[in-house]
Amino acid sequence: MRTSALGAGMLFGFGLAFSTMIQPHVVLSFLRGQDMGLMLVLGGAVVVTFFAYRFLPKWLPRPLLGGSFGAHASVMDRSTVIGAAIFGIGWGLAGVCPGPAIAGLGAGSWELLYAIGGIALGALLQGLTSSREVPVARPTP
Amino acid sequence: MTLFPQGWTHYLVGGLTIGVGVSVLFALTGLIGGMSSVYSSTWSYVIRHPYFQQPPLVKSRAWRLTYATGLIVGALVWWLMFGDGTRVAVSIPPWQLALGGVFVGYGARMSRGCTSGHGICGLASLNWPSLVAVLTFMTTAFITANLLAPAGGR
Repeated sequence: MRTSALGAGMLFGFGLAFSTMIQPHVVLSFLRGQDMGLMLVLGGAVVVTFFAYRFLPKWLPRPLLGGSFGAHASVMDRSTVIGAAIFGIGWGLAGVCPGPAIAGLGAGSWELLYAIGGIALGALLQGLTSSREVPVARPTP
Repeated sequence: MTLFPQGWTHYLVGGLTIGVGVSVLFALTGLIGGMSSVYSSTWSYVIRHPYFQQPPLVKSRAWRLTYATGLIVGALVWWLMFGDGTRVAVSIPPWQLALGGVFVGYGARMSRGCTSGHGICGLASLNWPSLVAVLTFMTTAFITANLLAPAGGR
């Protein structure tokens, strides 16, 4: 499982770097309507992942290394919307989201440590002020 | 006006590669690879508060941290293959990165997803709460980035 996670993460990180999403000013130029590239990145990733999530559980009895196929845990409540609104404010301020903040370190963008520190602090504050349980990925039926 | 002043192929190829990464994780292990959870699950190593000691965080913290390490290695591979020999410098002021980060971390964990968790994994699962989350954070991010632009933020 460790090697799988490392290899999958490497593809993810390579893709983030290749698409320049590790550079906050590119994200901000999307949010300011100057470059629609982020839509292609998100769209490309969603389409590939859609086919994997939709068809792999039909084709394979279980994941190749064992276990069971998870499903994206998703609930609709006030936190989903308010949390997303807060996330967006931060994303629009910094041009950084959780994945690219980490990936950019591999390209030498040490300034992103400021963002990682902020995100870690935000996640800590959220956990300390929350009694709600984190969602559990459900096995597919 | 052009939609893609920097060209579009690197965006599409990069996005497809990200999708392959998330799909490989799913094919091999069945795991759903969003990114924001690692910031909570890693705290579980040191914070005793009950929130951080919940089984979903404790049980997933090892692979999530490895997955995050993979992000760094993957970007390093890109840099070695395509970089110009100098590091990628970030020109956003530190206060903006740090303060924005706090909002990003708090909000993503409260919403239980970020651009990858809701944006990639959630949309690919056709989960409508994730679509609501994506439209919401896109909206507040558009507003924030455009309000900030005249103030000199890059």
